[in-house]
Amino acid sequence: MLPMIYQELSKFGLTMQEFSDVVAISQMTPGPIAVNAATYIGYKAAGFSGAAFATFGVSLPSFILIMIIASVIVKFKSSNIINSAFKGIRPATVGMIASAVVFFANTSIIDMSLIEQGLGKVFNIGSIMIFVITIAASKLTKLDPISLTLIGGVLGIIFL
Amino acid sequence: MSKYEYSWLSAREFKPGREFVSAGSCNLLSAGCDLVDTKKLIKLFSVFFKIGAFTFGGGYAILPVIQREVVDKNSWLTEEEVLDIFAISQSIPGVISINSAIYIGKKVAGIPGAVFSALGMILPSFIVILAIASLIMNLKDNEIVDRFFTGIRASASALILLAAIKMSKTAIREKWGIAVAVVSFILVVFLDVHAIWVIIGGAVCGIAYGLFEKRKRSCK
Repeated sequence: MLPMIYQELSKFGLTMQEFSDVVAISQMTPGPIAVNAATYIGYKAAGFSGAAFATFGVSLPSFILIMIIASVIVKFKSSNIINSAFKGIRPATVGMIASAVVFFANTSIIDMSLIEQGLGKVFNIGSIMIFVITIAASKLTKLDPISLTLIGGVLGIIFL
Repeated sequence: MSKYEYSWLSAREFKPGREFVSAGSCNLLSAGCDLVDTKKLIKLFSVFFKIGAFTFGGGYAILPVIQREVVDKNSWLTEEEVLDIFAISQSIPGVISINSAIYIGKKVAGIPGAVFSALGMILPSFIVILAIASLIMNLKDNEIVDRFFTGIRASASALILLAAIKMSKTAIREKWGIAVAVVSFILVVFLDVHAIWVIIGGAVCGIAYGLFEKRKRSCK
């Protein structure tokens, strides 16, 4: 997605430096990166209304698509083919969710770029502790996922 | 574990009630159910505002929170429905978290629900980015910010793992499902295959298994 965003926005005079700033800022702020980029560039190009229009533009296609898909799926809800398709889609989705674990664990719990310095360097003990604490706290306390992630962040500041 | 079992059950039990409230003619303009719907819309907005404001990294990072808020706490949807919404949200263009917010909002409270959920999801990043763009805040190359985000990634991976384990109980009912999940995982992690192909592959397996079952039954 990122190269496409850059390609389109360079038409508005966005430099590579500005773009990498947007990406960096997006990774440090909550929310989806495409929305963040749209807001930032919209603001730089045309102030507040630019930001509002750009953000509206980035979410409208999703809106239209979902409305169409939702109504199509409701129509075929009792179809056997759709139902058995979903019986295969659900496990596939679980597999993809599990792959997101690897995505988040990489560069926090493990860092494969350090493998040349020895296997011990790949694992980050502090991050593994945060991982274990999060699992334990989620099982043993009633804390919600948002508090748990923020606690993880604070532990990161203290221990990493 | 019993906590999860219970909430899963209660989500199921409340399902008829939910359908009743959100069914048919209820919308913003009809006087009769105005109160119920407005309340629900505000609730949807605040849930997604919270998600938009406090989940970093986007995409799957919102799944544990969605599970908690939409399935466990408010019983708006079942686990299976959330799973299907995620499957669809990632196989179409657009941002996964916005797609799923819109879809969940639509299912819970129709088109107004979709609008309120999307607004809730987008508004926090909009405000934060505007603040950064206008104040030129310097967040980059800050050692503390860096450590904060490494910590967040570590605990996010733990929470997503738990969400995946919980989801697998509803999603995988038969042995072949395990194979589909494992193959999907390998395709995405090691071969960098795009979500849409994994979803199509899963659908094909599901349909093939359905036909196979039907044939087996008709043979008996």
